[in-house]
Amino acid sequence: MKRRDLLGAAALLPFGTALLPAPAIARKGECPGTGDLGLIIERATGSVLIVNTSHQEILGRIEGLGDLSHASVVFSRDEKYAYVFGRDGGLSRIDMQGRLMDRRIIQGGNSIGGAISDDGQLIAVSNYKPGGVKVFDSATLQTIAEIPATWEGGQSKTVGLVDAPGRRFIFSLYDAGEIWMADFSDGDSPDIVKIGKAGRLPYDGLIARNGRIYIAGLFGEDGMALVDLWQDPLKVRRILDGYGRGEKKLPIYKMPHLEGWTEADGMFFFPAVGHHEVLVMDGRTWELVGRIPVHGQPVFVMARPDGRYIWVNFAHPDNDTVQVIDTMTRKVVKTFKPGRAVLHMEFTPRGEQVWLSVRDANRIDIYDTHSMERVKSLPAKSPSGIFFTARAHRIGL
Amino acid sequence: MLRSSPLHMIVHLLPVLTASIALATGAYALAGDLAPERTRELVHLVRQDCGSCHGMTLKGGLGKPLLPENLADRDAETLAEIILDGIPETPMPPWRGQLTETEALWIARKLKEGFPHETP
Repeated sequence: MKRRDLLGAAALLPFGTALLPAPAIARKGECPGTGDLGLIIERATGSVLIVNTSHQEILGRIEGLGDLSHASVVFSRDEKYAYVFGRDGGLSRIDMQGRLMDRRIIQGGNSIGGAISDDGQLIAVSNYKPGGVKVFDSATLQTIAEIPATWEGGQSKTVGLVDAPGRRFIFSLYDAGEIWMADFSDGDSPDIVKIGKAGRLPYDGLIARNGRIYIAGLFGEDGMALVDLWQDPLKVRRILDGYGRGEKKLPIYKMPHLEGWTEADGMFFFPAVGHHEVLVMDGRTWELVGRIPVHGQPVFVMARPDGRYIWVNFAHPDNDTVQVIDTMTRKVVKTFKPGRAVLHMEFTPRGEQVWLSVRDANRIDIYDTHSMERVKSLPAKSPSGIFFTARAHRIGL
Repeated sequence: MLRSSPLHMIVHLLPVLTASIALATGAYALAGDLAPERTRELVHLVRQDCGSCHGMTLKGGLGKPLLPENLADRDAETLAEIILDGIPETPMPPWRGQLTETEALWIARKLKEGFPHETP
């Protein structure tokens, strides 16, 4: 088309349309696509914020989610719904676009986290009380299965619940020290597979390498428990046995989490327990190859999505600090103090920004992950977990 | 009294950092002596940081529930010692160094009465 024709065509369009470039994303004020959305827990008030990550703005607040002093979130695969797992056993479904809570049940007495199956149909919740896992229909929140974590000591608290490929869930039994699998591949009546002994007091678990490897961290002894889901039969393998043997453990004022591990440069980075270190494990040999001294007891050790840098926050009383580790040199390259009680960090889907919750400052801080400078802050009431919808497409989140 | 209880004596035999604590805490004071500002900080600490394990409503989580009915069979002094020295082989850490004995006792008593909520 010649230039003159182009101008002529533009003249036929409604005024203004041809003058503005077509927006790459929804403009501020327009209804965003769900990929731009996120949810932030306000732990003290039982409320959540819906946010837009491209415009870095708060879109709304939803109240009435109960006790969110510990909470986690999974998303439906279309990113329309967030399922919020609260401390009080509440399971709330949030319509991210409608910005409202459309369903809520109290499914247990005391819960720690949840997972969604690969097909999006099943929501599993791990409970402290009654100890076990319950599974719900994601559309109706009707109960599908109850899996009591029964052992010789009664019903064990369950932790580290994740989804695995093939409508399966893996979780650890805190009191019993075991790793179990609930396999829903044949329908809604699961096969319960007691995979094996993990060790003393597994405190969290994660799934790595696109759903192949489950690893449980142990509080009660040095070492970790690993399950390779590609093996048949499944079995638990102990790794890193005695990495801190003979060393005095420091007190831990908040349990570390294992979410956000990544295999960066062939290595896994994760929090030490009772040592002010980030540990580096070789992803081929499962051997410890490095210990990076850091500011305090790490809680979250989260790799930027490209794996180039690792962001770390810390337990009380060092939770005013965040450090950034260079994956290549395995050294801390930046230390800063956003404010008291930095509880969580979430990267934007490709990692150009990271959002931090600064609980006692009632603030969300947004950082550019390349310049490591703060670009914006948003007000929030006692913010804790930050969850962006891109999690919908990641195994184990 | 804190000093005369058996648990406290046992704890002194454990390899914990007790030397610095005696210096840090100094003389005993009555719980009533805590400044209002400090008690506000303690309420925040218990609700938020103890709440990481015990739940912000203190109904329990990974840690045990800390509501009055759960603590009825233990006296405040015993609870204060647990706060200060932790429970070995469990995730309950020692808060000595961050809390004085007076403060721990104040927290223990308030837990038994029904712990106050944070005021905005």
